[in-house]
Amino acid sequence: MIPIVRNVLFALALSGLLLSSCTPAKQNAASKVKQDGDRKAAPDFSLKDVNGATVRLSDYRGKIVLLNFWATWCGPCKIEIPWFVEFEQRYKDQGFAVVGISMDDGGWEVVRPFLSRMGVNYRTLMGSEMVAQLYGGVNSLPTSFLIDREGRIASAHLGLVSKSVYENEINELLSAPVTRSAAGVPPVRHLAGGAD
Amino acid sequence: MNSNAPADDYMIPLRLTWDESLLKVQEVSYPKPESRKYSFSEKPILVYTGDFEIQTRFQAPAGAPIGMSVVTGKLRYQACNDSMCLPPKVVEVRLPVEIRAR
Repeated sequence: MIPIVRNVLFALALSGLLLSSCTPAKQNAASKVKQDGDRKAAPDFSLKDVNGATVRLSDYRGKIVLLNFWATWCGPCKIEIPWFVEFEQRYKDQGFAVVGISMDDGGWEVVRPFLSRMGVNYRTLMGSEMVAQLYGGVNSLPTSFLIDREGRIASAHLGLVSKSVYENEINELLSAPVTRSAAGVPPVRHLAGGAD
Repeated sequence: MNSNAPADDYMIPLRLTWDESLLKVQEVSYPKPESRKYSFSEKPILVYTGDFEIQTRFQAPAGAPIGMSVVTGKLRYQACNDSMCLPPKVVEVRLPVEIRAR
């Protein structure tokens, strides 16, 4: 007796719901830097960079930071990366830094050659789910936060936004007067651990 | 979402895999993808949109239990549009099958 499978050939129908959850994002062109009093502290974290060094967000206190969650498999992220390379080059001497957080599961083996290929000139850290949770879960990429000199989130962007939005916001923060707390680098409360 | 061969080394392909402890997989057939140009890519990406079907041909090995059974599998997928990407997901697939004596 030879068993046979009824409906040997079956069709697995996939509905469009998977894609519908990724409908075109609204452009955040209208986003503006939050008023001083509306800004909340950016959660601190510690993650490893490509050289294995432990990096904390609080290491950047006193600088304006563009914190960018991304991944090698994220197409729209590839549009932003050259902008960020340019921003890093243009504004680094004014107290600005881009910090990339890779959400790749493949680790540095995947990310390192990608960074090289893209000519990334800013620090990139290997992300963790814990850090993503600190920043609202990071349910889509790219997700970016602009952090002011006092370590507070001045703006947040989910999905790709225009280069000019970033530029305007960076310039707005750069032109703001440096407060005593930003210049004095007081202790920063460490809210949660990271991947180290 | 990305097809099973999205034509970009960094894209995560759609992949359907089955637990073969009950039935052996002879072939998994993915539909023909659409070639779409996205703003983030120099060349078109091969994707699936809307509804589509993936077909699997199974073979019942000798001694397979006669009657109703369930074959389980995993579908890994990852979706993007022009402005954002969702992280890769794995969903479990459960397929009722009936194995009959021939």
